[in-house]
Amino acid sequence: MLGRRRIRERIEHVLSLSKADQTEVVFMGETEQLTRFANSYIHQNVGKEDVGLRVRVVVGKKIGIASTNDLSDAALERALESAMTAAKFQQDNPDFISLPEPQSIEEIDGFVESTAACTPQKRAEAVRSICLPSREHALNASGAFATRSFEYGVGNSLGVFVYYPTTLADLRTVIMSDSGSGYAAAASLDVEEIDAESLGQEAIDKALRTRNPVDLPPGDYAVILEEYAVSLLLTYLAYMGFGALALQEGRSFMVGKLGKKIAGENVSIWDDGLHPKNVPMPFDFEGVPKQRVDFITTGTANAVVYDSYTAGREEGKNSTGHALPPPNSIGPFPWNVAMDPGQATKEEMLASTKKGLWVTRVHYVRPVHPLKTIVTGMTRDGTFLIKDGEFGRPVKNLRFTQSILEALSDVEMIGHDTKMGREGFMEDFIGGVRVPALKIGKFTFTSTTEF
Amino acid sequence: MNELTNRALNLAQTKGASYADMRVIDLEMQTIAVKNGIVEGISLDTSHGFGIRVIVDGAWGFASSARVEREEVDKITALAIEIAKASALVAGERIDLGPPEVHRDAFRTPTTLDPFQVSLEEKIDLLLACDEAMRKTKGVTVAEGNMAFIRERQVFASTEGSSIEQEIIETGAGLEATAVAEDEVQKRSYPNSFGRHQGTAGYEFIERYDLLGNAERLGQEAVALLSARQCPSRVTTLILGPTQLALQVHESCGHPTELDRVLGTEASYAGTSFLTPEKLGGFRYGSEIVSITADSTLRGGLGTFGYDDEGVPAQRTHLVKDGIFVGYLTSRETASQLEQRSNGTMRADGWSNIPLIRMTNINLQPGEWDLDDLIADTDEGIYMEMNKSWSIDDKRLNFQFGTEIAYEIKNGKWGDLLKNATYAGMTPQFWASCDAICNDRHWDIWGTPNCGKGQPSQVAHVGHGASPARFRNVRVGVMK
Repeated sequence: MLGRRRIRERIEHVLSLSKADQTEVVFMGETEQLTRFANSYIHQNVGKEDVGLRVRVVVGKKIGIASTNDLSDAALERALESAMTAAKFQQDNPDFISLPEPQSIEEIDGFVESTAACTPQKRAEAVRSICLPSREHALNASGAFATRSFEYGVGNSLGVFVYYPTTLADLRTVIMSDSGSGYAAAASLDVEEIDAESLGQEAIDKALRTRNPVDLPPGDYAVILEEYAVSLLLTYLAYMGFGALALQEGRSFMVGKLGKKIAGENVSIWDDGLHPKNVPMPFDFEGVPKQRVDFITTGTANAVVYDSYTAGREEGKNSTGHALPPPNSIGPFPWNVAMDPGQATKEEMLASTKKGLWVTRVHYVRPVHPLKTIVTGMTRDGTFLIKDGEFGRPVKNLRFTQSILEALSDVEMIGHDTKMGREGFMEDFIGGVRVPALKIGKFTFTSTTEF
Repeated sequence: MNELTNRALNLAQTKGASYADMRVIDLEMQTIAVKNGIVEGISLDTSHGFGIRVIVDGAWGFASSARVEREEVDKITALAIEIAKASALVAGERIDLGPPEVHRDAFRTPTTLDPFQVSLEEKIDLLLACDEAMRKTKGVTVAEGNMAFIRERQVFASTEGSSIEQEIIETGAGLEATAVAEDEVQKRSYPNSFGRHQGTAGYEFIERYDLLGNAERLGQEAVALLSARQCPSRVTTLILGPTQLALQVHESCGHPTELDRVLGTEASYAGTSFLTPEKLGGFRYGSEIVSITADSTLRGGLGTFGYDDEGVPAQRTHLVKDGIFVGYLTSRETASQLEQRSNGTMRADGWSNIPLIRMTNINLQPGEWDLDDLIADTDEGIYMEMNKSWSIDDKRLNFQFGTEIAYEIKNGKWGDLLKNATYAGMTPQFWASCDAICNDRHWDIWGTPNCGKGQPSQVAHVGHGASPARFRNVRVGVMK
């Protein structure tokens, strides 16, 4: 950890040397330690420390970017020079208006000392509390337990300077028998909130119950999607359409739909970077404060997220504080998505289902038709038949090919409790998707696999 | 550098390591992106750091840092030792690396034209000309082009006595035209999708693919796809173009032959593999004409190097021979579990990550057919090319892939253009249905610069040699 003063000094050093019309410096520092286990023992155990300093210069309407992970005076000067060289070869970008002006940033305390100070021994003890019970059940435990600390700083020549240190602990496990598997995961700013033993028990329970799965023909089924599954589906929904660049380029399912019904009235989805139960971050990578953005409110398409560049392309729009580090091709992105909870328990969802499937988790989800929000993926680590309101036999995994918005138009019950998921590529963001479990009337499964 | 590596390795041994290696890396990367006539970004990035891997009490530890300084080397070495000792708290079998690997050597990617010596103007001019050509067709809403150039200098040293210096140079480029209509988005890419095609080569790689000569066609095809027929839903004969076949090899042969996956160490993330050890040497993976190699010695492939990241020399081995599954991608640790010697596939994403088993160049060996003859020999079917969507289960059996473009084949002739083409299958049945592979005139090594694996997640640059091939009785047109 370098601390606010040192990071500010490095950022201001670059700003003071710059001869560009506008200059922005983004600092990203990370210390990560990760303990990985498989076959019920630790097989990989790593620690890394890295910093990155990204310089964006604006000369007229020409933009150049350079980065380095060396914070010495000489390296920073080289990075600035490289950014100026890059700008020199640019053409004017008429859509670029300006780097952001300073705005007040909400103070958030996202740094938890116990996470930052977590030792390899402590992680090993947590892993042991999963592996030993697994061995006792003749099961095979695998997973990863990561503790990370981050420092972010953004400064620009218009007077912006913001700094935020934070931490994140992440534990996920897959526990396997010879014919089934179970999954559990949790993430928190505070490592003390990660209950490894309980996560292990959750996955062990599924691993034992999924033994000897039966074949089930593909087709349309009512489904109860656990939070893990909902989290990944919403991550892909966000990717396919909740950013302004996709909207402006006509690639988003929100095109022509703002103000119109696109999901059931019981569905509200939003992003809030300040929400304490997500992974809060008070500003984006341009130093703009995070705003809550309501994407879908009671089923109606409402808004998308902006950075300063995409906001500048539309009359009357301002950045909502969702810029990614430059350069990026996907534009602004929400990384604290959440869905409003409902009233149901998962037990009530189960009891209300005459015939259907219980899906713990989905795997390898990919868009098939982004404008129709059709994705494909597999079920994984705990798929069960539901019959007459009770769990039936575990079933072999199935492939779904399904429009997410169609599914969200057919939500029959919504869980009262929510869980924050960091599934799929969200694992690489300092963010999460907090969602309830859902019961959906019809979900299309197009093929099956052998396990 | 020798002073620092010696210091770290000596310190590791002093503190109880039975084995240690260290990699010190300097990375330089230049990327250029243009979009709709504007240079959207020019980025010049550097990254420098080191990683130390140790075995203490039979268990692994690894630590890394961006500060390549004497005190930091001491601190990080001690941290790696501490981490390894913690690993031993929940230990499995003691790590056995097999016989020592001792090499003192140097390797440099052979290039004709150093890409960092070519001016930015020349690169930008070419991308902007391509961008303009793609937008010549009315209806193209987004035209994008990019280039990437990477130079990675690495020093590897181990307590077994290895000292290896490598300089790997990569060059890549890609074009993409997007057209949008109501409820439809269509995209065409060249030479490959998902950003770019890439190889270990100099700027001659860019010149070889004639970006400008293909740009206008991309725009035309993207717009034509908007009004094309939907790919029908049926079971039919499928001919895959080379880049889609490269993706098929990647997902359904490359990943399931990674021996760490097979042995369960990727179970919690990407999954395991259907190619379990008892199948080695006897399992019919595909038809008799299917032979697949792992070859990190091929000039120009994105998975080409001199030594892997645990100091094992680059090699060529068979994974599938005449349709039979015969080999895995291995590391020293996993190979020793099968009483084999590593075939040199341990690769790390930069200095900050531990090496994992990764694909090198995984190649479907060319067959006998000319593409024209193959089309003429096909009464009814669909030709699909250039990946757009890909998903496969966690044992690499059930897959469903979608492509940017497809054509109907009728009575041995090219037919209608088809949009939103998808196909699905189970890996061994799919490869068993392969009855024709095109010859080496149609064969190239397609670079995939975005292969994800591991926790913390790592991105590897891998290659896949492929030429078009034909598969029978494949389910196509899977769309809700």
